[in-house]
Amino acid sequence: MEIPYNVEERQDTGMFNAKLGIWLFLASEVMLFGGLFSAYVFLRMGDVTGTFISGSSELNVPLATLNTLVLISSSVTMIMSWVSLKLGEQKKFKQYLGSTLFLATVFLVVKYFEYTAKFHHGIFPDTSTFFAIYFTMTGLHMIHIIGGMVVIFYFLVPGSSMMNTESVRFTNRIEIVGLYWHFVDLVWIFLFPVLYLL
Amino acid sequence: MSGHSVEDIKKSVKVYIGVFTALAVLTVVTVAASYLDLSFGESFFLALTIASIKGTLVAGYFMHLFTERTAILAVLGLTFFFLITIMFLPYMAFTDQAAI
Repeated sequence: MEIPYNVEERQDTGMFNAKLGIWLFLASEVMLFGGLFSAYVFLRMGDVTGTFISGSSELNVPLATLNTLVLISSSVTMIMSWVSLKLGEQKKFKQYLGSTLFLATVFLVVKYFEYTAKFHHGIFPDTSTFFAIYFTMTGLHMIHIIGGMVVIFYFLVPGSSMMNTESVRFTNRIEIVGLYWHFVDLVWIFLFPVLYLL
Repeated sequence: MSGHSVEDIKKSVKVYIGVFTALAVLTVVTVAASYLDLSFGESFFLALTIASIKGTLVAGYFMHLFTERTAILAVLGLTFFFLITIMFLPYMAFTDQAAI
């Protein structure tokens, strides 16, 4: 049985089903990260010993700035891969999507160096309330990056054959992955100043 | 955005590059602003204002929210209401404690 509305738009919503689906998922993600940001505010307001200020000063701002620029760049390559598909430029699509995967790997490598530096200095999630929320929020964000990378890899290699058989459906799929990837970028845009700079 | 023509998409490439430049510049501005001699309240306000501008650019242009369907905007509007509510919960808890 064919899945309905994966290419054509529904009359009532004005979009294909997966698009509404991803936005509902992203709405739940907003609440997931929103809950953690709320916990951060709660813990920070109750911080009488100054662990947030001392903890924040232990973080590596230049590396986090680099990672912010890397993630912003990956958002651009992601949207350019979708643009390339819309314009029927399959080679460019692969180059841009491959670049997105590469930039995501760079982000993880930088994060690896950041985490290991903390562990070598004896800093773990149980070190202080600040580091508990720091590792929780950045760790959850990192899991989202890895999840996105798995999906991007699928569409870059094994799933790319759909590009020739069902091009419109494949383009819609890339738009959906792109929405998820931009959301992950959006979360980092707020995590960066909140954890590293304040 | 799915209904946009090839010409529209070609035009939007320039916009994406402009947004990328703005995001990169605002990232540098965020870091530079953190070195200013400001109170916590001022730093907090400044950092979150810049982050909100960056967030609006990503959501508005990369995620096409500026031109998106009403159904999506309605879902996000409801989500935003609950997000603001949970962000104010800690504040309400502390002011409630202070009143006791």
